[in-house]
This record gives sequence, structure tokens and C-alpha cells, in this order.
Amino acid sequence: MANPVKDPLTGAETTGHVWDETLQEFNNPLPRWWLWTFYGTIIFAIVYWTIYPSWPIGGSYLKGLGTITYKTDAGEEKTTHWNMRALLAKDMQTGEQALKQKAYLEKVSAASYEQIAQDPDMSAFVRSYGNGIFGDKCAACHQAGGQGVAGLFPTLVDDDWLWGGDVEQIHQTIVNGRNGYMPAYNTTLDATQVDEVANYVLSMSGIEHNAEAAAKGQKIFNGYAGGCYQCHTTEGKGLYSQGSANLTDQIWTVADTTAEETPAERLALVKNVITNGIQRQMPVFGKQLNETEIKVLVAYLKQMSGTQQQ
Amino acid sequence: MLKHESIETNSGLLIVLTLIAIGIGGLVEIVPLHYIDSTIEDVKDPQTGLEMVRPYSPLELRGRDIYIREGCYTCHSQMIRPFRDEDLRYGHYSLAAESKYDHPFQWGSKRTGPDLARVGAKYSNAWHTQHLMAPRSVVPESIMPNYPWLMTTNLDYSDVADRMIALKKVGVPYTLTKDEYAGWTDDKGQKHPGTLERFGEQVANTLDINRAEDSLLAQAKAGNYDGDPSSISEMDALVAYLQVLGTMVDFSKFDEDYFIQFR
Repeated sequence: MANPVKDPLTGAETTGHVWDETLQEFNNPLPRWWLWTFYGTIIFAIVYWTIYPSWPIGGSYLKGLGTITYKTDAGEEKTTHWNMRALLAKDMQTGEQALKQKAYLEKVSAASYEQIAQDPDMSAFVRSYGNGIFGDKCAACHQAGGQGVAGLFPTLVDDDWLWGGDVEQIHQTIVNGRNGYMPAYNTTLDATQVDEVANYVLSMSGIEHNAEAAAKGQKIFNGYAGGCYQCHTTEGKGLYSQGSANLTDQIWTVADTTAEETPAERLALVKNVITNGIQRQMPVFGKQLNETEIKVLVAYLKQMSGTQQQ
Repeated sequence: MLKHESIETNSGLLIVLTLIAIGIGGLVEIVPLHYIDSTIEDVKDPQTGLEMVRPYSPLELRGRDIYIREGCYTCHSQMIRPFRDEDLRYGHYSLAAESKYDHPFQWGSKRTGPDLARVGAKYSNAWHTQHLMAPRSVVPESIMPNYPWLMTTNLDYSDVADRMIALKKVGVPYTLTKDEYAGWTDDKGQKHPGTLERFGEQVANTLDINRAEDSLLAQAKAGNYDGDPSSISEMDALVAYLQVLGTMVDFSKFDEDYFIQFR
């Protein structure tokens, strides 16, 4: 501007813009500190460009001078320009926390389940690391404390197992998942027969029932009509290979009879299971967890169920 | 000549010039990603040579529509970043390739609930159904709303073919013609592989728009995702979608180094 306009009151230079008759904009210089900070950010940006990946050039981009050295899965050492993926790989391989964890994981991996249970240090690690895996992968169904949800997901805090509680069996369950299946008997058995079998099932664990009906139910249970014995065995103790429940131990994983007040309600629950059958699935975790993580988890579950000395 | 004053006193011009200034800022960040060769990883099965990331099957696609309709993305992201804590909690970091057929993508930047990029195959169908109906019955501390109507609303799949055609227009390889399915050679002798060659027969059949309804019905029937075989509910579709998230790439078949090379 050739002739700077001055504010008559202060004598300061203005931009010459006037709003609402007298409102003017002063043309003060930028504060020094602000100006130097601004120049500083420009210098920072240039330094940043030279170290980290920045400007695109055609189908590629400026890679920057910064480098990261990491190991490939094949064990080969590699140095590449700075990038988040390589940084993560390096952090997982040589980071302080990662190395601490790795030392424990290697120790647990080499130890037997008995050794883990007897070594307080490894036991403590299993409790804390296993809790992390359990919280992420298992707690959604089996709940944070392993208590399960009655009727839906079995509890893990007792020593009653559907698919077996040996380390090999638990390992198998985690790696391959499980498909629990009991057929619906609504077409094979009539209402009276269902009632009789249900009474027999209640009688096996000593719950109040109609003895006369139970006697008839026992014949159906162990006979051709019901065929229940094929999975639950004639003693009703169940088979780990089938995931069939032990019916004699008052532990209920599907029909939660302990929650019901009256004999009629308990009977109705059991009848419902017989009529509609059960289909339950535990997902495959063998692809989501590695062998050592599964081992920690098995050891953790043994701690949880209080059967680690088995 | 544009003068400072004339811009400041003309709001229409100010808006236009502001948009141009912001537009330049956005374009220089976004545009290069479209022509930098390594942005989207090439993820082919090392044994079979088939592409691992595939477009959603018709049933999964309807599930995704319901996911968007119910606003799941407002609380759940689908983007695992390459940090150690995220790797330990959620699994392998997300690849750009894994959302290349998502329109719009569901990355998100706000997690009220957990990230869902790798939720597929983690829980059982029964758990998902139970959890969507009443989240607190399985996760007591959850603040997620109940979605009971998913179970009682029949899935409307009458327009699934149209939805696939719309996605085909933006580049998702769903197929309408025999050539698109089986591949063709153009006048110059250039070969264009069809979905059959790219994804294998089983997947290619689910990408065929002409067979969309049959494929949807078959998957819903075989999967029985909501545990009720008598009808196909919105729950079936949503659970089918959730169960496929993050499962397409089998990371055990690759050296981790392979994915680092793309960055």
C-alpha cells in the first residue's frame, strides 16, 4: 500500500479496512516468538522429510535416510528404510518387554506341565500371561472368572469336564474346537416318554422325581427307543469322546436345575433339552494361538479348575 | 487482480477459495496413494496362487449392510495398527488389501467397543447371536445396546443382486457375464483373468450375481448362523459377516517380511 492509513487515536498503522463505520484492523507485525516458531516448524519438516518416508514420486516415494534392522521369520537379518511394520517386527524381536516375555515363554515351552505347576515363578507367569489370553479369547463365552453361563457355556472352574480334563484333552479342545451335539427327541419320543426319561435323568443325580415314571424312563434311556446310553453310557456318566454330560453328578451345564425352585420347573427344564436337543460349538483356536500360547492356556485352565496336580 | 479486501467482503468467493485451499491439502495426501505401487499388498496363496482376499458373499454382503445400518461402526473400528499392544490383543495388523473390496471401508478412528477387524472365527455363532440379543448376558461389563430385532426380522434379500451390481460399478469383481467369470482375451491378445482363475471355483460361484439369491440361501442354510433353521433372519446375515472378518488372509503361509516389503 502506497499510503499506509494511520489510526488517528493511537497513531498505529492499519490495513485500511473499516467495518461498521469505525471498526478498523491494525497492521501490527507478527510477534517475534510466533514468527521464529513458524520458521522452526519449516526446518523441522525438512529434517523430518530426510529421515522418514515422505514425498511421493511416481509409483514410489522418498524413503528417507532412517533405517530399521529386523529379522525375517527365516532368521535372516534385514535392514530397510524406516516404516511402522519393520518397527513393529523389531519391537517384537528385541523390545525390552518383548524379551522379558520371551524368556518366560521359552522356559514354559520347554517345561512339562508338572514342572510348571511346581515352579512358583512359572506358575505366576502362567497366571498372568494365561489370564491375558483367557481374557481375550475365552472370557467372552466362559466369562472372566471362568464360571461360564449356565445353559450356554460350560463352567471351567470345577473338575467336571465334558470333553475331558487331562492336559492332552484340553489341548485338543483348544486346538480343534468342539462340536457338541445331542439330537432332538421331539419326533422319536412322545410326550409321555419324554416325561419318563426326564424323571429318570433327575433320579440319577438324586433330585426329586416321580419314581414310577423314572423306572419306565430308565428302559427308554437304555433301550432302542431312546438310545441315550450310547452317548451317556448305561450308568449315565457320559463319554469324553462324545462330549456327553455326566448326568449323575448334580452339575448341570445345559438345564440349570439348581436355579429352579419347584420339581415341576426342574422337570420342565430337562424335558426341554430332551425335546429340542442341543447344538453347541467351541471355535477352533489352533489357528489363532501358537503352540506356546496354547500350552500357557492349558496350564492356566488347570490352575483355574484346581486340578493341576492330576 | 484479487485484493485482500474483495475476498474478505465477498463470502461466496471466500467459500470457493477456502474449499480450493483445503482441497489441495487433501489431494496431495490422498492422490499419491492411488498410484504408489505398493499401497495395496498382493496377497496370493503361495500354494494355489489364488487371491486370498475376496469380495463378500451375498449373505455376508447383506450382513455388512446391516452392520452399517445399525451403526456398529460408531463404536467399533476395523483397523488393527502395527503396534505391539494391538498385535497382542487383536492379532496381525490389518493389511490395505483386506479392505480393498469395502465400499465404504469400516476402518474407523474411535473405539468405544473393541476393534473387530479380526473377530471372525474367534467366537462361536451361538455366542454372537446371544451377545447381539443381550450383550450383558455374556459380557457383564458391556455397554453395548441390545439388538433383539435382528433375530425376529426376516432378511430382505430381494435386492441383493442390485446391491452387487452397484458394487461392481465401483470395481468389486462380482460377475454378470460368462467372460467375467471364466476370463477373456481382448482384440490385442491381452488376457483378462476371470474370477474363476483369480479366486477358484468355489468363491467365484458366490461372486456370480446371476446366482446371488441361490448362493445366499445355500450359505444361510448350511451355516444356520442364528441357530434357528426355520427362517433366514438378519441375525444370520450379520453373524455370517462378523465370522468372515479378518479370516481371509492366512498369515501362517507368509514370512512376516513379505508384508514389510510393501512399506
